[in-house]
Amino acid sequence: MEISRSLKRIIVIELFVPVSLLTIGIYHGLMQTIYRAGLLHQANALKLDYYQGLTLHGVINAVVLTTFFAVAFGHATITYYLKREPNLLVAKLSMWLMIVGTVMAAWAMLSGNASVLYTFYPPLKAHPLFYLGAALLIVGSWLPFFNWAWMYSQWKKINSEVKTPIAVIGTLVNFTIWFVCTLAVAYEVLVLLIPWSMGWTKTIDVTLSRTLFWFFGHALVYFWLLPAYIMYYTMLPKLAGGKLYSDLAGRIAFFSFLILSIPVGVHHQFADPGITRGVKMFQGVLTFGIAIPSFMTAFNLAASMEYAGKQKGSKGLFGWIKKLPFLDPDRYLFAYMICGLILFIFGGLTGIPNASYQLNNVIHNTAFLPGHFHMTVAGPVFLAIIGMSTFLIAQLKGKKIFWPKINVIIPYLWMIGVFIFSSGLMWGGLIGEPRRTNLGLSYLNPSSPLYRPDWVPTTMLALAGGVIMFVAGMLYFVVFFGTLLRKKTEDAVLVLPESEVLHFEKRVPLLDKFKPWLVVMGVVLLLAYVPALWGIYKNNAPKAPPYQISNPMPDTLTVLKK
Amino acid sequence: MIDKYEKGIFITSALVMMLFIFSLVYSLDKKSRNITECLPFNKSYRNGRVVKIDDKTYQVFMVAKMWAFDPEKIYIPVDSDVDFYITSNDVVHGFNIAEKNINLMAIYGGVGKTTVHFDKPGVYNIVCHEYCGTGHQFMHGQVIVNYPESK
Repeated sequence: MEISRSLKRIIVIELFVPVSLLTIGIYHGLMQTIYRAGLLHQANALKLDYYQGLTLHGVINAVVLTTFFAVAFGHATITYYLKREPNLLVAKLSMWLMIVGTVMAAWAMLSGNASVLYTFYPPLKAHPLFYLGAALLIVGSWLPFFNWAWMYSQWKKINSEVKTPIAVIGTLVNFTIWFVCTLAVAYEVLVLLIPWSMGWTKTIDVTLSRTLFWFFGHALVYFWLLPAYIMYYTMLPKLAGGKLYSDLAGRIAFFSFLILSIPVGVHHQFADPGITRGVKMFQGVLTFGIAIPSFMTAFNLAASMEYAGKQKGSKGLFGWIKKLPFLDPDRYLFAYMICGLILFIFGGLTGIPNASYQLNNVIHNTAFLPGHFHMTVAGPVFLAIIGMSTFLIAQLKGKKIFWPKINVIIPYLWMIGVFIFSSGLMWGGLIGEPRRTNLGLSYLNPSSPLYRPDWVPTTMLALAGGVIMFVAGMLYFVVFFGTLLRKKTEDAVLVLPESEVLHFEKRVPLLDKFKPWLVVMGVVLLLAYVPALWGIYKNNAPKAPPYQISNPMPDTLTVLKK
Repeated sequence: MIDKYEKGIFITSALVMMLFIFSLVYSLDKKSRNITECLPFNKSYRNGRVVKIDDKTYQVFMVAKMWAFDPEKIYIPVDSDVDFYITSNDVVHGFNIAEKNINLMAIYGGVGKTTVHFDKPGVYNIVCHEYCGTGHQFMHGQVIVNYPESK
């Protein structure tokens, strides 16, 4: 379909800004593997500190890129499937809020005033602009959601008997989750952290802040993931040359995410004091519940691809695999999606020990964890984002893909890199290698008394994977910016690949409205989090003063002494 | 209306998850010994020390601070039980004895408790695994088991 110049420009900018920043994020990804493998025995390189780089890596890759992309992709899917454009004023305002917020936070991080990592646990204190920037980015991402929800209700009035397109359900489910979970982090940032970092309040409740963060933090991973799921359901079967096996299961999967994405955050706090065992156990069980929609998706997509292979005359039980368009430059999105899915099988499996209350003790906060989540967020999520960003840029600007044959190889290279990288990290995690640590200064420095030779092979393996990922990342930048800078040769349009469904299924009214699901979501959320918050309130733990990253004395005392 | 493979998708997914949840509940009692317990905080926990209860039972009141564990080295005899009480004096720290799968967060205003049985002599490294500022990578401690030397 044709879309207006202004909307095109908004989507293109919302892809261009985070992908440009991603260059910094990926650079610091590589640098960490170098420090950790002990090739550098220093606190910083090129005037950027390890922990500053780690903060940039986390915030840019996991928050800025994903949020910008979700909004840009949301504009594209809602516009394409509802056949009308969102309010441009709202879209522009949202874009500017997100950009201004990102610039604020980027300044705080690059100037070294916010090396607190993307989880910004108090009582480590960052510059107030870091918190404010994060808040603006989040508020900016809310605005289009309100607009889309209104557009959907208008559309529904006319099309009350038509099935809501699955992409629209996915987008609205995703942003509902996002809106609800970010309320907690907005409270943490605006009510607790900003006044405290400005010095207006003296102390902060650490467990409460952590709990509010993880109320947001785990739902965040589904906010990353659902745009990829939307692509899997609505595009992958088509690209594979088949049809979506079960439309119904897809809808159930999305609504299950709505119910279960948020009330599982405490599984990040299994090792925390201040939260009772009952709450941990309950949210641990819910965590396994959230795996059901992912399992359903795995079966559903495999069935859809098997059907595609059989349509092309495959033989035998697994012959269909050979018939899939793995290296077709015209259908490069298939390559990005299938590599993401393969990684996600292992990403999902390695998440099980993390989610299990008892097993978590083995690997909690060790290198196992980044090993696991690089196969999810740097797997299906990242590959879907970079593949789709190239796709949208090419379409909306009317350009041909730059280096199309390289473009289709990038996801495979990336996938191999992630497998090697994650194997190294997970192996290290199992023998106690911590995450978030500049190992090169101590544990992997042969001249240090803390030297741990058993971590040499694990960190070297992670380095090898990291280098491959870096090369794939650089090739992606060449393809993305190369495509953007090409001469316009095609018509600028927005045409998303659209899968048909295999079976005709009657519309199920329950799977076509949000209200009942929202009610269930609210009930489960209250059941999971009221006891957690009540426990923290009753515990009434002493609150902590702010600390700078380089000073073991609290900030308030240091100020008094001056 | 629901096709048989579709039904298969739902049932298989649910069964697999029930198996996991069953294992989780089943192992709760047997293994819960080294899982974080939370205790109400009082200031005495901020005083790092080792307390000997009897020949085979010790209490360690561990205070994590920027950037050291207090006490930093703990000497205990072989075959003893140690109750660790862990808190933080400042920012969030981690407490990990990888060989014993002991894994807790040290948090200001909170006390985590766990019990460990050390049946083999050796040096067990304690690593801080939560970022706690510029000295994080040097924050380290040891439990030295075989003290006094066994016969």
